[in-house]
Amino acid sequence: MSKYLILIYQDEAVARQAEGESISANYQEFMERRGASLISGAALHPSSTATSIRRDGTGGFLVTDGPFAESKETLGGYYLVEAADLDEALQIGKEVPAGVGVEVWPVRVVS
Amino acid sequence: MAQAAGSEVAAAVADAHRREWAFVLAATVRVAGDIDAAEEAVQDAYASALSTWGGNGIPHNPGAWLTVTARRRALDMRRRAATAQRALPKLVGRADDDGDGAEGDDIPDDRLRLIFTCCHPALPPEGRVALTLRLLCGLSTAEVARAFLVPEATMAARITRAKKKIAAAGIPYRVPSSDELHERVDAVLSVIYLVYTTGHTAPAGADLMRRDLAERGVELARLLRALLPADPDVAGLLALVLLTEARRDARVDGNHDLVLLEDQDRSKWDKHAVTEGIALLREALASRPPGRFALMAAIAAVHDESGSWSGTDWQEILGLYDLLMERWPSPVVRLNRAIALGFAVGPAEGLAELDALGAEPQLARYQYLAAARGDFLVRLGRPEEARVAFEEALILTDNEAEQRFLRGRLGGLAG
Repeated sequence: MSKYLILIYQDEAVARQAEGESISANYQEFMERRGASLISGAALHPSSTATSIRRDGTGGFLVTDGPFAESKETLGGYYLVEAADLDEALQIGKEVPAGVGVEVWPVRVVS
Repeated sequence: MAQAAGSEVAAAVADAHRREWAFVLAATVRVAGDIDAAEEAVQDAYASALSTWGGNGIPHNPGAWLTVTARRRALDMRRRAATAQRALPKLVGRADDDGDGAEGDDIPDDRLRLIFTCCHPALPPEGRVALTLRLLCGLSTAEVARAFLVPEATMAARITRAKKKIAAAGIPYRVPSSDELHERVDAVLSVIYLVYTTGHTAPAGADLMRRDLAERGVELARLLRALLPADPDVAGLLALVLLTEARRDARVDGNHDLVLLEDQDRSKWDKHAVTEGIALLREALASRPPGRFALMAAIAAVHDESGSWSGTDWQEILGLYDLLMERWPSPVVRLNRAIALGFAVGPAEGLAELDALGAEPQLARYQYLAAARGDFLVRLGRPEEARVAFEEALILTDNEAEQRFLRGRLGGLAG
């Protein structure tokens, strides 16, 4: 079994509207169905609340408002899942009721 | 087994390389657990064939001999590496076979697994093509680089990246489940078609065709047909490449110059290929709705079955392009439909449709749009505009046979 990180992307405008609401029924349903594969997961506040910290190369930090990459699609949450292979992880990814879509990243095994 | 002469051995090994590489490699991946180790073991097996078949004789079933040898070698390598932690996780999906069942006749045909792994949609398209040529056709990295006109180092990096992704992301060594099979087969067909078309009209170079590459495309289509005999889309692709390849010997003249379909000597067309292609096409068209490759094959078949250019049934071809546009609308299909319209209705109508395509960004650097415009302008008696169009097409092609052809058309313009 391997671990995969599923990053959930959504339209920022849509996400703002939904802010403060409780977890939606379709996510509830997804988590119940795929519970056995989910290791952890969380929903995030809007990207306007994120803060980036970039190393400035001389031992200091550059702290800026917002995520590294500004785009219409923003990171809205994630799941850490366990799957037999990429095909299973992609299947789980397809079932996430994400607004825009998801990215599936294999998690490195550090020995 | 009797002793064999050196030249005989070399020929037998070369033949086995061409015919059996995919089978041997696919069966070895299962035992080796990763693609790199499997490739090394298979290369060793071919090397040992060269050195031992002379003394021991050429085996009756070279593929089985090579597979047994490669699998044994892979097992040795794996046992030696067993204590060391491998940097990359093993290929998944081979837990069902862990022993050294390398003896006997029950070697599983794993080529389908290998095809689906090489053509996995999670790999970048150029990586899929490179891996397919490398792992299924046994081409060296240098050969794959030459086929796609990129430096060898670039191709090596491409192949390494794709292999790394297979291992790191856990792309399985498995035939997809039935619910995703259709989509995954389509990805495989696209790769094979790209290999074929790159050989059919080389993007650059001295010759119109890269025959070796087109032949690889035909072989891959045949292989997939043998492995998935009931799939109508697979039948459609094999029909398409056969019905296109049938015209091969008439496409260039003795000076390696391009001969248009209109001017081809139709007696040079390969009738066996046409017959085989038509039979496959019937099978492909029996499924509803017909797939993209089946429709393209049907268009090729109309040409192949027409006794002359003037007798071509352009209405039929136009109707087939309309169907193709409905299901797979793309700028290139629209371009080809516009050309068919020009012959079915008239050059003015064809030209108007081509001009409407001028704004398509995907066609901005597509030489066939300019060349087709030039041709219709000539037919309409507008040589000055035709000259501009042919000159544009000339700038856009890097294929020397196409360049000579366009220069010839420019030279033939009255003016």
